[in-house]
Amino acid sequence: MKQYDVIVIGGGPAGLAAAISAYDNGCKDVLLIERDNRLGGILNQCIHNGFGLHTFKEELTGPEYADRFIREFHNRNIDHMTGTMVIEITPDKTVRAVNSTDGLIDIKAKAVILAMGCRERSRGQLSIPGSRPAGIFSAGTAQRLVNLEGQMPGRRVVILGSGDIGLIMARRMTLEGANVLAVVELMPYSGGLKRNIVQCLNDYGIPLYLSHTVINIEGNKRVTAVTVAEVDENRKPVAGTEVRYECDTLLLSCGLIPENELSSQLGTKLSRVTNGPVVDSSLETTIPGVFACGNVLHVHDLVDFVSEEAALAGKNAALYVQHLGTTNKELIPVTFSPEIRYTVPAFINMDSITGDIKVRYRVGNNYQNKKVLVTSGGKVLSQKVRRIMAPGEMEDVLIPADKLRSAGRIAEINIKVTDNG
Amino acid sequence: MDNRELTCICCPMGCQITVTMDDSGTVTSVTGNTCPRGDVYARKEVTSPTRVVTTTVRVTGSISGVRTVSCKTASDIPKDKIFDIISSLKDMTLSCPVCIGDVILEDAAGTGVPVIATSNAV
Repeated sequence: MKQYDVIVIGGGPAGLAAAISAYDNGCKDVLLIERDNRLGGILNQCIHNGFGLHTFKEELTGPEYADRFIREFHNRNIDHMTGTMVIEITPDKTVRAVNSTDGLIDIKAKAVILAMGCRERSRGQLSIPGSRPAGIFSAGTAQRLVNLEGQMPGRRVVILGSGDIGLIMARRMTLEGANVLAVVELMPYSGGLKRNIVQCLNDYGIPLYLSHTVINIEGNKRVTAVTVAEVDENRKPVAGTEVRYECDTLLLSCGLIPENELSSQLGTKLSRVTNGPVVDSSLETTIPGVFACGNVLHVHDLVDFVSEEAALAGKNAALYVQHLGTTNKELIPVTFSPEIRYTVPAFINMDSITGDIKVRYRVGNNYQNKKVLVTSGGKVLSQKVRRIMAPGEMEDVLIPADKLRSAGRIAEINIKVTDNG
Repeated sequence: MDNRELTCICCPMGCQITVTMDDSGTVTSVTGNTCPRGDVYARKEVTSPTRVVTTTVRVTGSISGVRTVSCKTASDIPKDKIFDIISSLKDMTLSCPVCIGDVILEDAAGTGVPVIATSNAV
Protein backbone atom coordinates (compact mmCIF):
# COMPACT_ATOMS: atom_id res chain seq x y z
CA MET A 1 0.00 0.00 0.00
CA LYS A 2 1.24 3.49 -0.85
CA GLN A 3 2.11 5.57 2.18
CA TYR A 4 2.45 9.27 2.99
CA ASP A 5 3.26 11.16 6.18
CA VAL A 6 0.37 13.58 5.66
CA ILE A 7 -2.68 13.27 3.40
CA VAL A 8 -4.78 16.39 2.87
CA ILE A 9 -8.39 15.84 1.77
CA GLY A 10 -9.56 18.74 -0.38
CA GLY A 11 -7.72 21.13 -2.71
CA GLY A 12 -9.54 24.37 -1.95
CA PRO A 13 -8.06 27.25 0.02
CA ALA A 14 -7.93 25.23 3.26
CA GLY A 15 -6.29 22.15 1.75
CA LEU A 16 -3.73 24.17 -0.24
CA ALA A 17 -2.66 26.25 2.78
CA ALA A 18 -2.56 23.18 5.03
CA ALA A 19 -0.39 21.19 2.59
CA ILE A 20 2.00 24.12 2.06
CA SER A 21 2.31 24.64 5.82
CA ALA A 22 2.88 20.94 6.60
CA TYR A 23 5.66 20.96 3.99
CA ASP A 24 7.24 24.17 5.28
CA ASN A 25 7.17 22.83 8.82
CA GLY A 26 9.41 19.92 7.93
CA CYS A 27 7.05 17.28 6.58
CA LYS A 28 8.16 16.68 2.97
CA ASP A 29 5.99 13.63 2.30
CA VAL A 30 2.56 15.15 1.61
CA LEU A 31 -0.28 14.12 -0.71
CA LEU A 32 -3.29 16.29 -1.47
CA ILE A 33 -6.45 14.71 -2.93
CA GLU A 34 -9.04 16.84 -4.77
CA ARG A 35 -12.42 15.74 -6.15
CA ASP A 36 -12.61 18.36 -8.93
CA ASN A 37 -10.38 18.35 -12.00
CA ARG A 38 -8.44 21.37 -10.82
CA LEU A 39 -7.14 22.86 -7.61
CA GLY A 40 -8.61 25.98 -6.01
CA GLY A 41 -11.99 24.74 -4.86
CA ILE A 42 -14.95 27.09 -4.78
CA LEU A 43 -12.67 30.13 -5.30
CA ASN A 44 -12.52 29.26 -9.01
CA GLN A 45 -16.16 30.25 -9.46
CA CYS A 46 -16.07 33.28 -7.11
CA ILE A 47 -15.09 35.78 -9.80
CA HIS A 48 -16.09 38.85 -7.74
CA ASN A 49 -13.43 40.82 -5.89
CA GLY A 50 -12.84 41.36 -2.19
CA PHE A 51 -10.63 38.38 -1.36
CA GLY A 52 -7.23 38.66 0.27
CA LEU A 53 -7.41 42.04 2.01
CA HIS A 54 -5.92 40.54 5.18
CA THR A 55 -3.44 38.14 3.57
CA PHE A 56 -2.15 40.18 0.63
CA LYS A 57 -3.33 43.71 1.54
CA GLU A 58 -5.09 44.01 -1.81
CA GLU A 59 -8.51 43.12 -3.19
CA LEU A 60 -8.28 40.03 -5.37
CA THR A 61 -10.93 37.97 -7.13
CA GLY A 62 -11.42 34.35 -6.06
CA PRO A 63 -9.44 32.79 -8.95
CA GLU A 64 -6.54 35.20 -8.33
CA TYR A 65 -6.48 34.38 -4.62
CA ALA A 66 -6.51 30.65 -5.42
CA ASP A 67 -3.75 31.08 -8.00
CA ARG A 68 -1.38 32.61 -5.42
CA PHE A 69 -1.72 29.50 -3.29
CA ILE A 70 -1.65 27.07 -6.23
CA ARG A 71 1.68 28.59 -7.34
CA GLU A 72 3.10 28.23 -3.83
CA PHE A 73 1.83 24.65 -3.77
CA HIS A 74 3.51 23.78 -7.09
CA ASN A 75 6.75 25.47 -5.97
CA ARG A 76 7.09 22.70 -3.41
CA ASN A 77 7.53 19.01 -4.01
CA ILE A 78 4.01 18.10 -2.90
CA ASP A 79 2.09 15.28 -4.59
CA HIS A 80 -1.52 15.76 -5.60
CA MET A 81 -4.30 13.86 -7.29
CA THR A 82 -7.22 15.69 -8.93
CA GLY A 83 -10.43 14.13 -10.20
CA THR A 84 -10.15 11.79 -7.25
CA MET A 85 -12.79 11.40 -4.58
CA VAL A 86 -12.07 10.11 -1.09
CA ILE A 87 -14.86 7.76 -0.05
CA GLU A 88 -13.60 6.54 3.31
CA ILE A 89 -11.02 7.23 6.00
CA THR A 90 -10.47 4.45 8.53
CA PRO A 91 -9.37 5.06 12.16
CA ASP A 92 -5.92 3.61 11.30
CA LYS A 93 -5.73 6.39 8.69
CA THR A 94 -6.09 4.41 5.52
CA VAL A 95 -7.58 6.75 2.95
CA ARG A 96 -9.73 5.02 0.35
CA ALA A 97 -10.28 7.01 -2.85
CA VAL A 98 -11.65 6.42 -6.32
CA ASN A 99 -10.95 7.89 -9.74
CA SER A 100 -11.42 6.85 -13.35
CA THR A 101 -7.78 5.92 -14.08
CA ASP A 102 -6.77 3.97 -10.95
CA GLY A 103 -10.18 2.74 -9.82
CA LEU A 104 -10.23 2.09 -6.10
CA ILE A 105 -7.05 3.07 -4.24
CA ASP A 106 -5.99 2.68 -0.60
CA ILE A 107 -3.28 4.98 0.74
CA LYS A 108 -1.91 4.94 4.27
CA ALA A 109 -1.18 8.15 6.19
CA LYS A 110 0.46 8.98 9.50
CA ALA A 111 -1.69 12.12 9.76
CA VAL A 112 -4.78 13.28 7.87
CA ILE A 113 -5.99 16.85 7.38
CA LEU A 114 -9.71 17.26 6.69
CA ALA A 115 -10.29 20.20 4.33
CA MET A 116 -13.45 19.21 2.45
CA GLY A 117 -15.23 22.55 2.78
CA CYS A 118 -19.00 22.92 3.00
CA ARG A 119 -22.21 22.48 1.06
CA GLU A 120 -25.25 24.63 0.50
CA ARG A 121 -28.51 23.83 2.25
CA SER A 122 -30.74 22.11 -0.32
CA ARG A 123 -34.42 22.38 -1.13
CA GLY A 124 -35.03 19.09 0.66
CA GLN A 125 -33.44 20.47 3.83
CA LEU A 126 -35.59 23.60 3.59
CA SER A 127 -38.89 21.73 3.13
CA ILE A 128 -40.43 24.16 0.61
CA PRO A 129 -43.95 23.07 -0.43
CA GLY A 130 -44.98 22.80 -4.06
CA SER A 131 -44.18 20.75 -7.14
CA ARG A 132 -40.72 19.56 -8.03
CA PRO A 133 -39.89 21.00 -11.46
CA ALA A 134 -36.51 21.84 -12.99
CA GLY A 135 -35.28 25.39 -12.44
CA ILE A 136 -34.50 25.22 -8.72
CA PHE A 137 -30.78 25.68 -8.11
CA SER A 138 -28.58 26.41 -5.17
CA ALA A 139 -26.96 29.83 -5.64
CA GLY A 140 -23.57 28.15 -5.84
CA THR A 141 -24.70 25.81 -8.62
CA ALA A 142 -25.98 28.79 -10.59
CA GLN A 143 -22.65 30.52 -9.94
CA ARG A 144 -20.78 27.54 -11.33
CA LEU A 145 -23.03 27.38 -14.41
CA VAL A 146 -22.70 31.08 -15.21
CA ASN A 147 -19.05 31.65 -14.35
CA LEU A 148 -17.36 28.36 -15.27
CA GLU A 149 -19.68 26.74 -17.82
CA GLY A 150 -20.84 29.98 -19.46
CA GLN A 151 -24.48 28.87 -19.22
CA MET A 152 -27.43 30.91 -17.94
CA PRO A 153 -29.69 28.84 -15.68
CA GLY A 154 -32.72 31.09 -16.24
CA ARG A 155 -34.13 34.49 -17.22
CA ARG A 156 -36.73 35.43 -14.57
CA VAL A 157 -35.35 34.72 -11.14
CA VAL A 158 -36.48 34.75 -7.52
CA ILE A 159 -33.84 34.17 -4.84
CA LEU A 160 -34.71 32.64 -1.48
CA GLY A 161 -32.24 33.48 1.27
CA SER A 162 -29.98 36.51 1.51
CA GLY A 163 -26.68 34.75 2.10
CA ASP A 164 -23.71 36.31 0.37
CA ILE A 165 -23.69 33.88 -2.56
CA GLY A 166 -27.36 34.68 -3.21
CA LEU A 167 -26.66 38.43 -3.19
CA ILE A 168 -23.62 38.00 -5.44
CA MET A 169 -25.72 35.91 -7.85
CA ALA A 170 -28.53 38.49 -7.88
CA ARG A 171 -26.00 40.94 -9.35
CA ARG A 172 -24.32 38.40 -11.59
CA MET A 173 -27.59 37.19 -13.16
CA THR A 174 -28.69 40.82 -13.66
CA LEU A 175 -25.44 41.67 -15.43
CA GLU A 176 -25.91 38.64 -17.68
CA GLY A 177 -29.34 39.89 -18.71
CA ALA A 178 -31.69 38.07 -16.32
CA ASN A 179 -34.52 39.78 -14.50
CA VAL A 180 -34.08 39.22 -10.75
CA LEU A 181 -37.51 39.91 -9.32
CA ALA A 182 -36.84 39.66 -5.59
CA VAL A 183 -34.58 38.38 -2.85
CA VAL A 184 -36.67 36.86 -0.08
CA GLU A 185 -35.30 36.35 3.45
CA LEU A 186 -37.08 34.40 6.21
CA MET A 187 -35.28 36.20 9.03
CA PRO A 188 -35.87 39.86 9.97
CA TYR A 189 -32.22 40.59 9.05
CA SER A 190 -30.05 39.65 6.08
CA GLY A 191 -27.57 36.81 6.29
CA GLY A 192 -25.21 38.64 3.96
CA LEU A 193 -22.65 41.39 4.35
CA LYS A 194 -23.88 45.01 4.22
CA ARG A 195 -21.53 45.81 1.35
CA ASN A 196 -23.16 43.06 -0.70
CA ILE A 197 -26.67 44.39 -0.06
CA VAL A 198 -25.57 47.84 -1.22
CA GLN A 199 -23.43 46.76 -4.19
CA CYS A 200 -25.45 43.73 -5.38
CA LEU A 201 -29.07 44.67 -4.67
CA ASN A 202 -29.39 48.45 -4.16
CA ASP A 203 -27.13 49.24 -7.15
CA TYR A 204 -29.51 47.33 -9.42
CA GLY A 205 -32.82 48.16 -7.75
CA ILE A 206 -33.43 44.54 -6.69
CA PRO A 207 -35.89 44.44 -3.74
CA LEU A 208 -35.02 42.55 -0.54
CA TYR A 209 -38.03 41.31 1.44
CA LEU A 210 -37.12 40.50 5.06
CA SER A 211 -39.39 38.23 7.15
CA HIS A 212 -40.72 36.66 3.94
CA THR A 213 -40.45 33.17 2.50
CA VAL A 214 -41.45 31.04 -0.47
CA ILE A 215 -44.63 29.11 0.36
CA ASN A 216 -45.31 27.47 -3.00
CA ILE A 217 -43.51 26.45 -6.17
CA GLU A 218 -45.51 25.92 -9.38
CA GLY A 219 -44.53 24.19 -12.58
CA ASN A 220 -44.73 20.83 -14.23
CA LYS A 221 -41.48 20.43 -16.16
CA ARG A 222 -39.98 23.82 -15.37
CA VAL A 223 -40.68 26.36 -12.62
CA THR A 224 -43.48 28.69 -13.80
CA ALA A 225 -44.12 30.68 -10.62
CA VAL A 226 -43.39 30.91 -6.91
CA THR A 227 -45.58 32.36 -4.18
CA VAL A 228 -43.97 34.53 -1.50
CA ALA A 229 -45.60 35.44 1.81
CA GLU A 230 -44.70 37.45 4.86
CA VAL A 231 -43.95 35.47 8.05
CA ASP A 232 -44.82 36.33 11.64
CA GLU A 233 -42.41 36.31 14.60
CA ASN A 234 -42.72 32.51 14.75
CA ARG A 235 -41.72 32.34 11.07
CA LYS A 236 -45.23 31.17 10.09
CA PRO A 237 -46.72 32.56 6.83
CA VAL A 238 -49.28 35.35 7.36
CA ALA A 239 -52.50 34.71 5.42
CA GLY A 240 -53.41 37.45 2.95
CA THR A 241 -49.80 38.56 2.31
CA GLU A 242 -49.17 36.16 -0.59
CA VAL A 243 -47.60 37.53 -3.77
CA ARG A 244 -47.18 35.32 -6.84
CA TYR A 245 -44.12 35.82 -9.04
CA GLU A 246 -44.10 34.33 -12.53
CA CYS A 247 -40.55 33.12 -13.00
CA ASP A 248 -38.53 30.25 -14.48
CA THR A 249 -35.85 29.99 -11.80
CA LEU A 250 -35.60 29.84 -8.02
CA LEU A 251 -32.15 30.17 -6.46
CA LEU A 252 -31.53 29.05 -2.88
CA SER A 253 -28.99 30.81 -0.65
CA CYS A 254 -30.02 29.58 2.78
CA GLY A 255 -26.85 28.73 4.60
CA LEU A 256 -23.83 26.46 4.36
CA ILE A 257 -23.21 23.20 6.16
CA PRO A 258 -19.74 21.69 6.70
CA GLU A 259 -19.36 18.56 4.58
CA ASN A 260 -18.56 15.95 7.20
CA GLU A 261 -19.73 12.61 5.83
CA LEU A 262 -16.12 11.35 5.85
CA SER A 263 -15.47 12.72 9.34
CA SER A 264 -18.57 11.21 10.92
CA GLN A 265 -17.97 7.85 9.21
CA LEU A 266 -14.46 7.99 10.64
CA GLY A 267 -15.93 8.58 14.09
CA THR A 268 -14.71 12.10 14.91
CA LYS A 269 -16.95 13.87 17.36
CA LEU A 270 -18.98 16.61 15.63
CA SER A 271 -20.27 19.84 17.16
CA ARG A 272 -24.04 20.25 17.08
CA VAL A 273 -23.66 24.00 16.66
CA THR A 274 -21.08 24.16 13.86
CA ASN A 275 -21.72 20.71 12.31
CA GLY A 276 -17.93 20.48 12.15
CA PRO A 277 -15.48 18.31 14.12
CA VAL A 278 -14.75 19.20 17.75
CA VAL A 279 -11.07 20.23 17.82
CA ASP A 280 -8.47 21.33 20.35
CA SER A 281 -6.06 24.24 19.95
CA SER A 282 -3.86 22.11 17.65
CA LEU A 283 -6.95 21.75 15.40
CA GLU A 284 -6.76 18.02 16.10
CA THR A 285 -10.10 16.20 16.13
CA THR A 286 -11.08 13.60 18.74
CA ILE A 287 -9.17 11.04 16.65
CA PRO A 288 -5.39 11.43 17.19
CA GLY A 289 -3.54 12.48 14.04
CA VAL A 290 -6.67 13.71 12.26
CA PHE A 291 -6.82 17.49 11.91
CA ALA A 292 -9.51 19.79 10.46
CA CYS A 293 -9.51 23.31 9.02
CA GLY A 294 -11.49 25.70 6.87
CA ASN A 295 -15.20 25.42 6.15
CA VAL A 296 -15.33 21.73 7.03
CA LEU A 297 -14.51 22.80 10.59
CA HIS A 298 -16.83 25.81 10.78
CA VAL A 299 -18.17 28.07 8.05
CA HIS A 300 -16.04 31.20 7.63
CA ASP A 301 -16.92 34.63 6.22
CA LEU A 302 -13.47 35.38 4.81
CA VAL A 303 -11.07 33.09 2.95
CA ASP A 304 -8.12 34.89 4.54
CA PHE A 305 -9.03 33.36 7.89
CA VAL A 306 -9.46 29.93 6.26
CA SER A 307 -5.89 30.13 4.96
CA GLU A 308 -4.58 31.21 8.36
CA GLU A 309 -6.42 28.44 10.20
CA ALA A 310 -5.35 25.82 7.65
CA ALA A 311 -1.69 26.80 8.01
CA LEU A 312 -1.99 26.03 11.73
CA ALA A 313 -3.54 22.63 10.98
CA GLY A 314 -0.71 21.87 8.55
CA LYS A 315 1.93 22.85 11.08
CA ASN A 316 0.37 20.70 13.79
CA ALA A 317 0.03 17.72 11.46
CA ALA A 318 3.75 18.03 10.70
CA LEU A 319 4.55 18.21 14.44
CA TYR A 320 2.36 15.18 15.06
CA VAL A 321 4.26 13.13 12.46
CA GLN A 322 7.64 14.27 13.85
CA HIS A 323 6.73 13.35 17.44
CA LEU A 324 4.59 10.32 16.66
CA GLY A 325 3.80 8.29 19.76
CA THR A 326 5.57 10.63 22.16
CA THR A 327 3.00 13.37 22.58
CA ASN A 328 0.93 13.83 25.70
CA LYS A 329 -2.25 15.79 25.71
CA GLU A 330 -3.73 17.71 28.57
CA LEU A 331 -6.96 19.25 27.32
CA ILE A 332 -8.83 21.93 29.20
CA PRO A 333 -12.24 23.10 27.96
CA VAL A 334 -13.05 26.57 26.64
CA THR A 335 -16.32 27.69 28.29
CA PHE A 336 -18.26 30.82 27.33
CA SER A 337 -21.13 33.14 28.25
CA PRO A 338 -24.57 32.76 26.55
CA GLU A 339 -23.93 35.54 24.00
CA ILE A 340 -21.44 33.16 22.33
CA ARG A 341 -22.75 30.25 20.25
CA TYR A 342 -19.54 28.26 19.90
CA THR A 343 -15.77 28.51 19.97
CA VAL A 344 -13.10 26.91 17.77
CA PRO A 345 -11.14 25.37 19.41
CA ALA A 346 -13.38 23.80 22.03
CA PHE A 347 -10.34 22.72 24.08
CA ILE A 348 -6.86 24.09 24.75
CA ASN A 349 -4.04 21.55 24.47
CA MET A 350 -1.85 22.68 27.39
CA ASP A 351 0.95 20.29 26.35
CA SER A 352 1.37 21.90 22.97
CA ILE A 353 1.37 25.69 23.30
CA THR A 354 3.42 26.57 20.21
CA GLY A 355 2.29 30.18 20.06
CA ASP A 356 -0.51 32.59 20.99
CA ILE A 357 -3.85 30.84 20.59
CA LYS A 358 -6.54 32.47 18.47
CA VAL A 359 -10.03 31.45 19.55
CA ARG A 360 -12.65 32.09 16.86
CA TYR A 361 -16.32 32.34 17.79
CA ARG A 362 -19.71 33.62 16.73
CA VAL A 363 -22.30 35.47 18.77
CA GLY A 364 -26.03 34.71 18.51
CA ASN A 365 -27.33 38.26 18.33
CA ASN A 366 -26.34 41.85 17.56
CA TYR A 367 -24.38 43.50 20.39
CA GLN A 368 -22.90 46.96 20.78
CA ASN A 369 -20.11 48.30 22.98
CA LYS A 370 -18.97 45.09 24.66
CA LYS A 371 -15.79 43.90 26.29
CA VAL A 372 -14.69 40.31 25.74
CA LEU A 373 -12.82 38.88 28.72
CA VAL A 374 -10.71 35.71 28.66
CA THR A 375 -10.15 34.44 32.19
CA SER A 376 -8.95 31.38 34.01
CA GLY A 377 -9.55 30.89 37.73
CA GLY A 378 -10.49 34.56 38.06
CA LYS A 379 -7.28 35.74 36.36
CA VAL A 380 -7.63 37.80 33.16
CA LEU A 381 -5.55 36.30 30.33
CA SER A 382 -6.65 38.78 27.68
CA GLN A 383 -9.42 41.19 26.79
CA LYS A 384 -10.77 42.96 23.76
CA VAL A 385 -13.25 45.82 23.33
CA ARG A 386 -15.80 45.34 20.54
CA ARG A 387 -17.82 48.31 19.32
CA ILE A 388 -20.16 45.97 17.47
CA MET A 389 -20.66 42.22 17.19
CA ALA A 390 -23.09 40.52 14.79
CA PRO A 391 -24.04 36.87 14.08
CA GLY A 392 -22.86 37.20 10.48
CA GLU A 393 -19.33 38.25 11.41
CA MET A 394 -16.93 35.75 12.93
CA GLU A 395 -15.11 37.10 15.99
CA ASP A 396 -11.75 36.14 17.45
CA VAL A 397 -9.73 36.72 20.59
CA LEU A 398 -6.05 35.99 21.15
CA ILE A 399 -4.78 34.20 24.27
CA PRO A 400 -1.07 34.99 24.74
CA ALA A 401 1.14 31.88 24.98
CA ASP A 402 3.16 33.22 27.94
CA LYS A 403 -0.02 33.85 29.95
CA LEU A 404 -1.13 30.25 29.33
CA ARG A 405 2.29 28.79 30.17
CA SER A 406 2.51 30.75 33.43
CA ALA A 407 -1.09 30.05 34.40
CA GLY A 408 -0.10 26.85 36.21
CA ARG A 409 -2.66 24.11 36.60
CA ILE A 410 -5.99 25.44 35.40
CA ALA A 411 -9.32 23.71 34.98
CA GLU A 412 -10.81 25.78 32.16
CA ILE A 413 -10.58 28.91 30.03
CA ASN A 414 -13.66 31.12 30.10
CA ILE A 415 -14.66 33.68 27.48
CA LYS A 416 -17.22 36.19 28.61
CA VAL A 417 -19.00 39.02 26.80
CA THR A 418 -19.58 41.89 29.22
CA ASP A 419 -20.71 45.51 29.00
CA ASN A 420 -17.87 47.90 28.27
CA GLY A 421 -17.58 50.86 30.60
CA MET B 1 -31.50 71.00 -1.57
CA ASP B 2 -31.44 67.25 -1.92
CA ASN B 3 -31.16 64.50 0.72
CA ARG B 4 -29.68 61.07 0.02
CA GLU B 5 -30.00 58.15 2.42
CA LEU B 6 -27.08 55.70 2.35
CA THR B 7 -26.01 52.57 4.18
CA CYS B 8 -22.33 52.81 4.97
CA ILE B 9 -20.38 49.75 3.80
CA CYS B 10 -17.07 50.50 5.54
CA CYS B 11 -17.70 48.14 8.48
CA PRO B 12 -20.38 45.84 9.97
CA MET B 13 -22.00 48.78 11.81
CA GLY B 14 -23.79 49.71 8.58
CA CYS B 15 -24.53 53.28 9.69
CA GLN B 16 -27.53 54.96 8.06
CA ILE B 17 -26.04 58.13 6.64
CA THR B 18 -27.92 61.18 5.39
CA VAL B 19 -26.11 63.36 2.87
CA THR B 20 -27.47 66.83 2.10
CA MET B 21 -26.53 68.56 -1.13
CA ASP B 22 -27.31 72.05 -2.40
CA ASP B 23 -28.77 72.72 -5.84
CA SER B 24 -25.37 72.63 -7.53
CA GLY B 25 -24.78 69.12 -6.15
CA THR B 26 -22.22 70.21 -3.58
CA VAL B 27 -22.36 68.26 -0.32
CA THR B 28 -23.39 70.57 2.52
CA SER B 29 -23.65 68.04 5.35
CA VAL B 30 -23.09 64.38 6.23
CA THR B 31 -24.91 63.05 9.30
CA GLY B 32 -25.54 59.65 10.86
CA ASN B 33 -22.02 58.31 10.43
CA THR B 34 -20.16 57.32 13.61
CA CYS B 35 -16.63 57.57 12.25
CA PRO B 36 -14.61 59.58 9.70
CA ARG B 37 -14.57 56.70 7.20
CA GLY B 38 -18.33 57.04 6.85
CA ASP B 39 -17.97 60.70 5.92
CA VAL B 40 -15.45 59.91 3.18
CA TYR B 41 -17.58 57.04 1.83
CA ALA B 42 -20.77 59.12 1.77
CA ARG B 43 -19.21 62.06 -0.07
CA LYS B 44 -17.73 59.80 -2.75
CA GLU B 45 -20.90 57.73 -3.08
CA VAL B 46 -23.11 60.76 -3.85
CA THR B 47 -20.67 62.64 -6.08
CA SER B 48 -18.83 59.97 -8.09
CA PRO B 49 -19.75 56.40 -7.12
CA THR B 50 -17.35 53.83 -8.53
CA ARG B 51 -17.22 50.03 -8.65
CA VAL B 52 -14.84 47.32 -9.83
CA VAL B 53 -16.63 45.27 -12.52
CA THR B 54 -16.05 41.52 -12.71
CA THR B 55 -17.43 39.18 -15.36
CA THR B 56 -16.42 36.29 -17.62
CA VAL B 57 -15.43 35.93 -21.28
CA ARG B 58 -15.68 32.77 -23.37
CA VAL B 59 -12.52 30.99 -24.49
CA THR B 60 -11.86 28.46 -27.24
CA GLY B 61 -9.10 25.93 -27.76
CA SER B 62 -8.61 24.92 -24.13
CA ILE B 63 -6.90 21.54 -23.73
CA SER B 64 -7.90 21.41 -20.07
CA GLY B 65 -11.61 21.84 -20.77
CA VAL B 66 -11.87 25.44 -19.57
CA ARG B 67 -14.82 27.29 -21.14
CA THR B 68 -14.46 30.77 -19.65
CA VAL B 69 -11.91 33.11 -18.12
CA SER B 70 -12.91 35.56 -15.45
CA CYS B 71 -11.88 39.19 -15.71
CA LYS B 72 -12.08 42.55 -13.93
CA THR B 73 -11.57 46.22 -14.55
CA ALA B 74 -8.02 46.98 -13.41
CA SER B 75 -9.40 49.67 -11.09
CA ASP B 76 -12.80 51.02 -10.09
CA ILE B 77 -14.85 52.70 -12.81
CA PRO B 78 -17.87 55.05 -12.68
CA LYS B 79 -20.97 53.13 -11.65
CA ASP B 80 -23.01 54.25 -14.67
CA LYS B 81 -20.52 52.53 -17.03
CA ILE B 82 -21.08 49.02 -15.61
CA PHE B 83 -23.57 47.83 -18.25
CA ASP B 84 -21.57 49.37 -21.11
CA ILE B 85 -18.52 47.42 -20.00
CA ILE B 86 -20.48 44.18 -19.64
CA SER B 87 -21.97 44.51 -23.12
CA SER B 88 -18.60 45.27 -24.73
CA LEU B 89 -17.32 41.94 -23.37
CA LYS B 90 -20.46 39.90 -24.03
CA ASP B 91 -19.74 38.73 -27.55
CA MET B 92 -15.99 38.44 -27.17
CA THR B 93 -14.26 35.06 -27.54
CA LEU B 94 -10.62 34.62 -26.59
CA SER B 95 -8.17 31.97 -27.77
CA CYS B 96 -6.14 29.98 -25.28
CA PRO B 97 -3.78 30.45 -23.62
CA VAL B 98 -4.95 33.28 -21.40
CA CYS B 99 -3.03 34.15 -18.24
CA ILE B 100 -3.93 36.10 -15.13
CA GLY B 101 -3.10 39.77 -15.77
CA ASP B 102 -3.46 39.58 -19.58
CA VAL B 103 -5.19 42.68 -20.96
CA ILE B 104 -8.49 41.59 -22.53
CA LEU B 105 -9.75 45.07 -23.42
CA GLU B 106 -7.51 48.17 -23.51
CA ASP B 107 -10.16 50.72 -22.65
CA ALA B 108 -13.37 49.60 -20.96
CA ALA B 109 -16.24 51.67 -22.41
CA GLY B 110 -14.23 54.88 -22.66
CA THR B 111 -13.18 54.90 -19.02
CA GLY B 112 -9.50 54.55 -19.88
CA VAL B 113 -9.35 51.56 -17.56
CA PRO B 114 -8.28 48.20 -19.03
CA VAL B 115 -10.05 44.90 -18.40
CA ILE B 116 -7.65 42.16 -17.29
CA ALA B 117 -7.96 38.39 -16.96
CA THR B 118 -8.27 37.03 -13.42
CA SER B 119 -8.02 33.33 -14.25
CA ASN B 120 -5.88 31.13 -16.48
CA ALA B 121 -7.00 29.11 -19.48
CA VAL B 122 -4.67 26.67 -21.25
